[in-house]
Amino acid sequence: MARAELEAQIGRWRSYVQRRQAISAADVDELEDHLREQIAERQATGLDDDEAFLVAIKRLGNLDAVSQEFAREHSDRLWKQLVLLPESTNDDDGGIPAWRELAIVLTLAVGAGIAVKTGISLIVNENVFARNLGLLVFPFLAAYFAWKRQLSPYVAGALLIPFAALAVVLNVYPFTSGGSAELLAVLHAPVVLWLLAGLAYVGGRWRSDSRRMDFVRFTGEFAIYYTLLALGGAVLTGLTLGAFSLIGTDFEPVLTAWVLPFAVPGALVVAAWLVEAKQDVLENIAPVLTRIFTPLTIVMLLALLGVISAAGGLVDVDRELLILMDAILILVLSLLLYSISARDPLARPNLFDGLQLVLVTAAIAVDAVMLTAMLTRIAEFGFSPNKIAALGLNVLLLVHLIRAAWLTVGFLRGRRPFGQVENWQTRYLPVYAAWAAVVVVVFPPLFAFA
Amino acid sequence: VRIDKDLVAASATPLVLGILAEGDLYGYAILKRVGELSGGSMQWTDGMLYPLLHRLERLGYVNSSWGTSEAGRRRKHYAITATGREALAERQQQWTVVADALRQVWHTTQRPPSVTEGWA
Repeated sequence: MARAELEAQIGRWRSYVQRRQAISAADVDELEDHLREQIAERQATGLDDDEAFLVAIKRLGNLDAVSQEFAREHSDRLWKQLVLLPESTNDDDGGIPAWRELAIVLTLAVGAGIAVKTGISLIVNENVFARNLGLLVFPFLAAYFAWKRQLSPYVAGALLIPFAALAVVLNVYPFTSGGSAELLAVLHAPVVLWLLAGLAYVGGRWRSDSRRMDFVRFTGEFAIYYTLLALGGAVLTGLTLGAFSLIGTDFEPVLTAWVLPFAVPGALVVAAWLVEAKQDVLENIAPVLTRIFTPLTIVMLLALLGVISAAGGLVDVDRELLILMDAILILVLSLLLYSISARDPLARPNLFDGLQLVLVTAAIAVDAVMLTAMLTRIAEFGFSPNKIAALGLNVLLLVHLIRAAWLTVGFLRGRRPFGQVENWQTRYLPVYAAWAAVVVVVFPPLFAFA
Repeated sequence: VRIDKDLVAASATPLVLGILAEGDLYGYAILKRVGELSGGSMQWTDGMLYPLLHRLERLGYVNSSWGTSEAGRRRKHYAITATGREALAERQQQWTVVADALRQVWHTTQRPPSVTEGWA
C-alpha cells in the first residue's frame, strides 16, 4: 500500500524531470537510481516513505539549477534532433520497428523511380508522358499513407476508383497534342491527385476539419522539405557535373536518363516520410515563414495595385501577367492558410490577425481588378479554355478570400470564435479539388479537345 | 565546519577522480564516499554530480557503462581512464603546492588577534 504510494510519487517526479529538454531519458534513469538509493538509505535510518522521499528530493537539489547544469554540459540537446531511427528500447511496446518503415519508404521511393523511368522509355510522346507523370508517382505516395494509416479496404477503394477514372480520362480523351485543353489537364490533374493523396493522409476521415487542417500543415511542411531535398540534390549534381566535366567525362546523359527520373519522384516519398517522422519532434517552419512574408506580401500587393491603377487598368495586358497574378493570389492563400493552421484558436485577436485582414483585403482588390480585366478580354476576344479555367480559379479564390475576410472581421470584433475562420478554410478545400476535376474531365469535351 | 561552495566546486573534479582511482563506482556511491572522506562536511547538491561526471566523460577522464543494481535497476558505472589518471596526477601536484603554501602561511604568521574583543 505505502509502497505503491511511493512508486506513484517517483513516477510523478520522473515525468516532471523528463520534461526538461536538457535531461535525456538515460540521465533520468541515472537520477532515478540515485533517488531510490537515497530513499532506501533514509528508510533504513527509520524515516517513513514520505519523509525519505522528501529528503531525497531535497538532496537532489533545485531542478532548475540542475537542469541548467545539464544544459551547460549538453547544449546540443536544446536543439532537438530529428531522430529517424530511434534506438530500440528494451520494453516492447508493439510499435512498428523504425527500420521497417525506412525499408518501406525506400522501396516505395525506388518503385516511384522505376515507374517514372519505365514511363519515359515506354511513352514516346512527351505530351502523353506529361499527362501521365502524376499518375505514375501517386500510387507510391498513396501506398505509403495507406500503409502508415492502415487504410480500410473501403477507403482504399474510394481512392482507387477516382484514380482509375482519372487515368482513363487522361489517356482515352483524344487530346489535340499541345492544345490548351491538354495543357490544362496536365496542370490540374496533379491537384486532383494531391487531394486524393490527402484522402489517404487523413486515413479516410475526410469529414474531420482538424484532420483536413493536418493535411494543410503537411502540405506546407512537405513543400519545404521537398525544396530542401531538391536544393541538396542540385548542389550534389552540380558538383558531380563539374568534377566529371573536368575529368573529361560527360555526366549529363546519365543525369537526365537515370539520376533525375529516380531522384525527383523518389524524393517525393522521402519528403512525405520526413514530414511524418518529424511531426511532433520539430516546430513547423511554414507558419514561421508566413509571419515573415505576410507584411512583405502586403507591400508587394499594394505596389502592384498602385502600378495597375497608374497604368489605367489591365485591359490590354499580356496574358502571362494574368497567369502570374493567379500565382500571386495562390501564394496569398497559402500564407493565409498556414498562419491560420498555426494559430491557437483560443488566443485573443492580436496585431497579426489585423495584418492578415489587410493582406486578404489587398488580395481581394487585386483579384477584383484581375476579374475585370479577364471579363473584358472575354467580351473582346471570346471564350477559350484557358480563359475560362483562369476565370473559374479567380472566382473560387475571390469567394474564398471574401468569406475569410468577413469571418476575420467578425473575429476581430469579438463576435465570432476563431474556429469559424479555421473551419471555413478546411471546408472550402474540396471545392478546389472539384474544380480541378472539372477542368480535367469536363473541359476537354466541352472545347473539342483543342 | 561547512565548506565554502566555491571550494567544493574547485575540489570536485580531483575528488571524484581520486575516488574513482580507488575503483569503479556509480553516482550515489561516489557521493557517499565524499561524505565519508570529509566526515560529512562537504555537502554537494546530489544532482550536480551527474553533469560533472558527464563532463569528465566528455573530456575522456572517465568511462561509463550501464549495468544493473542488486535490485535490478539500470545503473551507470564510472571508471577512470589513463587520461583521467594523468589529469588526477596533475591536479594532485597543484593541490599539494596550494596546501603546502597554505600550511606555511598558517605556521609562520601568528594567528590573527581577535580584533573585536580588543576594541570592546
